[in-house]
Amino acid sequence: MSAPVFIAGIGAVSAIGNNVAEHVAAFERSEAGMGAMSLLNSVHSGQLPVAEVKLSNPQLAQQLGLKAAVSRTAMLSMLAAKEALDSAAIPGLNKLRTGFISANTVGGMDRTELFFESFLADPSRGRLKDVIHHECGAVTELAADFLGVKDYISTISTACSSSANSIFFGARLIRNNILDVVIAGGTDALTKFTLNGFNTLMILDQEFCKPFDENRRGLNLGEGAGYVVLVSELVATMLESAPVCTLSGYCNANDAYHQTASSPDGTGSFLAMEGALQRANLTPADISYINLHGTGTQNNDIAEGTAIKRLFDPLYPHMSSTKSFTGHTLGASGGLEAVFSVLAIRERTIFPNLRLQTPMQDLPFVPETMLIKNASVNHVLSNSFGFGGNCSSLIFSKT
Amino acid sequence: MTLYIKGTGNVSPQKTVGHPGFLADGVTHMGTRLACVEPDYKTYIDPKLIRRMSRIIKMGVAAAVDALKESGVAVPDAIVTGTAYGCLEDTGIFLSRMVEQQEALLAPTAFIQSTHNTVGAQIALMLGCNGYNNVFVHRAFSFESALLDAMMLVAENDANTVLVGAVDEITNYSHSILERIGLYHKDIGSNVNLYEEKINGTIAGEGAAFFLLTNEPSTENYAAIRGVRTFYKPTTSQEAETHIRDFLSSNNLTAANIDLVVSGRNGNSAENQVYDEVHTSLFPGNLIVNFKHLCGEYPTATAFATWVAANILKNGVIPGVLNNGVETTLTFRNILIYNHSHNTHHSLILLSAC
Repeated sequence: MSAPVFIAGIGAVSAIGNNVAEHVAAFERSEAGMGAMSLLNSVHSGQLPVAEVKLSNPQLAQQLGLKAAVSRTAMLSMLAAKEALDSAAIPGLNKLRTGFISANTVGGMDRTELFFESFLADPSRGRLKDVIHHECGAVTELAADFLGVKDYISTISTACSSSANSIFFGARLIRNNILDVVIAGGTDALTKFTLNGFNTLMILDQEFCKPFDENRRGLNLGEGAGYVVLVSELVATMLESAPVCTLSGYCNANDAYHQTASSPDGTGSFLAMEGALQRANLTPADISYINLHGTGTQNNDIAEGTAIKRLFDPLYPHMSSTKSFTGHTLGASGGLEAVFSVLAIRERTIFPNLRLQTPMQDLPFVPETMLIKNASVNHVLSNSFGFGGNCSSLIFSKT
Repeated sequence: MTLYIKGTGNVSPQKTVGHPGFLADGVTHMGTRLACVEPDYKTYIDPKLIRRMSRIIKMGVAAAVDALKESGVAVPDAIVTGTAYGCLEDTGIFLSRMVEQQEALLAPTAFIQSTHNTVGAQIALMLGCNGYNNVFVHRAFSFESALLDAMMLVAENDANTVLVGAVDEITNYSHSILERIGLYHKDIGSNVNLYEEKINGTIAGEGAAFFLLTNEPSTENYAAIRGVRTFYKPTTSQEAETHIRDFLSSNNLTAANIDLVVSGRNGNSAENQVYDEVHTSLFPGNLIVNFKHLCGEYPTATAFATWVAANILKNGVIPGVLNNGVETTLTFRNILIYNHSHNTHHSLILLSAC
């Protein structure tokens, strides 16, 4: 039950890159991915910046070799999961018990909302093929079939912590000797449904978001997909290049405070971080870098910051919110940020928290505002907190 | 990995909520849409909260409350929920208003309650449960994934009690879309005709079932859950049979040790063919009962089947409504639930007497 689980491969697509290498380059340039809407067709275009993946649906379909485009959520998933699996280069993969655990928040909603325009006018109208992949699980299956994985497939949806949960569920399937290899992470495409939903909550910044800034005004929505390939110790020994890190800690806790707001002292966040440290058998002082949940909303950043203060004071590790680059990719964020955590270890780099001008008055620490190279990064804590009080933290440790 | 069912709660198209007895009489439903028999929620939920809750949240909370009350566990160590479709009613409300009002003047409530973790989160909120909370949303694997998660949590010593369950609802939108896809047999008359030879197509169901699982054995428990397995897109019935044999043998059993198969047959002839082949080949002499005439077809119907199997083991009786009016009293040891959805998602749940 406590056998190490190794990260053998990573894959990512977001507004700052269509693969992992492009992400590394964008971080080096400190170049954010937000901008005016160019692919999403919404009345809020021009008012609300978003972080779009810079590939249209036909381009995604072509790149993946699909005959026709399917849900964008599924295509983003295929792109990043394929990159992750290819980069793992696992010998004899077809003889191993392999699983695909993915996460998303609204399934094939990007197509369902098209269907609904016709369907609402006349229930006998609307193309059924636009709605058959509405379910979250249907999106996962499109990607699983594309990858050729069938031994174990599942989907998790716990709002913004979805893909952190899929990663650690995958690790547990390996620790319980149910699987040898798991491709785990999450995906979400921008949809009008989520854009309008977050807009009604009045937590979208009309300019580029400023996580952990005293004058933060909200989040920018983004899209993308991020996956890691988890392997057992035995499979790790079969790999040509040794994995750079393990998933050493994880914990899921519930804030049990409010459906959409975090408790003022960040109870759920605190419990998740503390539990992950215990699982990894580490102390707060061992953590080199925290990849913050850091959405840029008033509520999240103070709750998360307060929980960090309670756990880490007075010695704070490096911290940053990479959502200042990618926007908040919801069901993909835990997967993408897991990839960034692995990159921090592999590249010995601390990514900056962009646009932070005025540190938060109530917090005794300040996230990094500049890229730090040649950093000593041994243990990375990645936070993912969501609606419904669902809080999860993961820890990645250098091998 | 053996867990025990200590308490159950079940809001279904039958009279099951509030523990009125084990399917003493069946509720007949005309047409293709089996709606849940819902309780007076005021006995379950603070009336101030009821107003804001959608139907699926109320159903889920009532089932969870029944399971917790019966088990005497106030706050479980973990809550794991399965839902294939999520909160369809609120999703439909927000989506239709967004389209009709062209993205203007929208209220947040329906969006907030549309997320798939709403039911699990509301239960945690109501109980003040800070423990592990997860939600599986994988079609006809949703409940099975939740069950596996619960079993692993206990095996890992991270929980002694887990509240695990599944919720799914039918809405006007979803029913009309699934009807257009051609899932249902429109001229079925009533649900009791589901297995008649001339029927080709199923009936829609919904439900919320929760179970309080514990690692503590007791003669008071309903049953032991010994294992759960899912397999995806088997290419032949023989492949499905191999999975079933392997699953049984991993639990030190053979098909002959199964006293009762609870089968997911649903009126669709293509789907029934797979059941027929597996039943004939693996379980030729075993007792087999169907359950979907009682709850309808929906992706998390195996949660209803688990409630049925747990009650059969506890009471030592198969009620007449499950078996063509014939009540059967027997000493049951092992029950296997075998379900598949469109020959894509196959699942096995093994329960044994305590």
